[in-house]
Amino acid sequence: MKPVIEIVDLHRIYNTGATPVHAVRGISLRVMPGEFVAIMGASGSGKSTLMNTLGCLDRPTRGIYRIDGTNVAALDSDALAAIRNHKIGFVFQGFNLLSRTTALENVELPMLYAHPPLPGDEMRRRALRSLGQVGLANRADHVPNQLSGGQQQRVAIARALVLGPSLLLADEPTGNLDTRTSIEIMGVFQKLNDAGMTVVMVTHELDVARFARRIIIMRDGRIRRDDVVNPRLTSAEELARVAAEEQAADLVS
Amino acid sequence: MKRLFAIIRVALRALRRNLMRTLLTMLGIIIGVTAVIGMVSIGTGARVQVEQQIAALGQNVVMIMAGNMSRGGMFSGMGGAPTLTLDDAVALRKEVDGVAYMSPEVRGNVQLVAGNLNWNASVMGVSHEYLDLRAWPLAEGDFFTEEDINGAARKVVLGQTTAKKLFEDASPIGATVRVKGIPFTVVGLLSAKGSNMMGQDQDDVALVPHTTAMRRLFGQNFLRSINVSATDASSIENVTTQISELLRQRHRILPGRDDDFMIRSQAEITEFATSTAKTMTGLLGAIAGVSLLVGGIGIMNIMLVSVTERTREIGIRLAVGARKRDIMRQFLTEAVLLSIVGGLIGIGVGMGVSSALAAQFNWPTLTPSYAIVGSFAFSAVIGIFFGYYPARKAAQLDPIEALRYE
Repeated sequence: MKPVIEIVDLHRIYNTGATPVHAVRGISLRVMPGEFVAIMGASGSGKSTLMNTLGCLDRPTRGIYRIDGTNVAALDSDALAAIRNHKIGFVFQGFNLLSRTTALENVELPMLYAHPPLPGDEMRRRALRSLGQVGLANRADHVPNQLSGGQQQRVAIARALVLGPSLLLADEPTGNLDTRTSIEIMGVFQKLNDAGMTVVMVTHELDVARFARRIIIMRDGRIRRDDVVNPRLTSAEELARVAAEEQAADLVS
Repeated sequence: MKRLFAIIRVALRALRRNLMRTLLTMLGIIIGVTAVIGMVSIGTGARVQVEQQIAALGQNVVMIMAGNMSRGGMFSGMGGAPTLTLDDAVALRKEVDGVAYMSPEVRGNVQLVAGNLNWNASVMGVSHEYLDLRAWPLAEGDFFTEEDINGAARKVVLGQTTAKKLFEDASPIGATVRVKGIPFTVVGLLSAKGSNMMGQDQDDVALVPHTTAMRRLFGQNFLRSINVSATDASSIENVTTQISELLRQRHRILPGRDDDFMIRSQAEITEFATSTAKTMTGLLGAIAGVSLLVGGIGIMNIMLVSVTERTREIGIRLAVGARKRDIMRQFLTEAVLLSIVGGLIGIGVGMGVSSALAAQFNWPTLTPSYAIVGSFAFSAVIGIFFGYYPARKAAQLDPIEALRYE
């Protein structure tokens, strides 16, 4: 089987300041289809840089990055945009939805930049299906500030899924959410992963990372550990546990 | 094509989101285009009116005026010197090539009486070719003939105003009018000509044979002017030169001395009058153009603000697969939409204003199609020109930084 992500000796050096910053110092990594990887690390560990590179928002200074077998280092900015468009789905910490734009139109956004262009009714059909996958089909005409944080993040996930990407990239997806909603969002990821979607997620919360199948720990621009998660958390069990705790604390009746 | 519609839809949505700002931004262009259309309409209307009035003089007309005369330091005014004679006119008709029609002219304000009504009109002594020369048709009756000229017949052709004053609504043909007490028979009635460039009523006239006018009415043996029409526009210059040479020779003017007459061709008058109007149109248009430019700067300003405000949106679009050129196109489309919608509104308002001026103050406004097409195209160009820099700025944003922008 061909890996979704194949990184060989990746370096990223920023030359913007007075002294060059060596953010990523030789990472090699393979992610196979169907994996669910959490990348952890303190700030400055290089995980954001790695994430930007994985997302084709940035290009490596040195080394090889292949996504679905395509070497990204050799691509120009238009080709990178095309990769971001149909191979990668992004989920951000701050949701990054367009304000005053309905959930449906937000989900349609990537399709505006698809090649070849899709007809309008096809765009609508796909966006509705994608919203259905995250359980928000009945919120299609709501604008972001009419939705809760968890719902907004679901819309963002629907947007990420709409063009059927090979890779779902999530950058601190639960950073702005409460515990319960975080678990729900992890549930969405687990469900998608169980259906075969490859998920790579950056987080600094170990509780969140334990929903993944594999944890990679970064420090000083290098990978320090690469472990299989055991025991793994499942959202159904965690939700039940949180509900029991809330009941015990008389938060709910 | 479908993609273009999608881009326009997105741009319209972005513009609608901040409707007040959009309208205010467009106002600059609207005012500019309104000014351009209004000014050009007024200028063109004035020019066309002047041209029509000059065309009413007749086709390819050349006028020879008698020169100035000063007697004891008093100037008589043009046409006052007794230098042009009937012999000059006859010689001119015979010897100059390319003359279609010729008419000498003498004139004076004289009392006319018909029945118990009287009127003071400009009585002009002219030849039988005068109406052909001025392309002035008769409304009724006939004009006098060459025999009438030779016989100094007492026949008169009335202008519309004169006829109305003397005969009210009755037909004057065949009636008798006493001019300076001498009875004349009315043989014809001129069609209406309206007022000339100076605002004089050209219908307030009575035409009589020049021979009759010189001998019986004014008792003078010199002419005020000679009017000639060239056979075609291209021979005007040749005719003018020939006349000048002939008259200098006949008047025995030594080389190096000034002419005692003055030749003016219709083309010169037209050129002078229309060049004034053109200069005015150009000047007004230029001022209006400056306000259009200011409108364009307004668009650029707002687009720059918009790019900064929407940095995060640009980041999101880039992250989901928009290429630089998609971002560029989107912002450029917004700027061009602002300017062309503003332009269209401006064209509408401008035409409304000019027709309102025409209705209210009776100004002869005319909106030429080049002004409409031109200002539409110019506002589109302004949108592209002033939208380009902000759009480029948007397209050059780094997606990572744009996504992080607060």
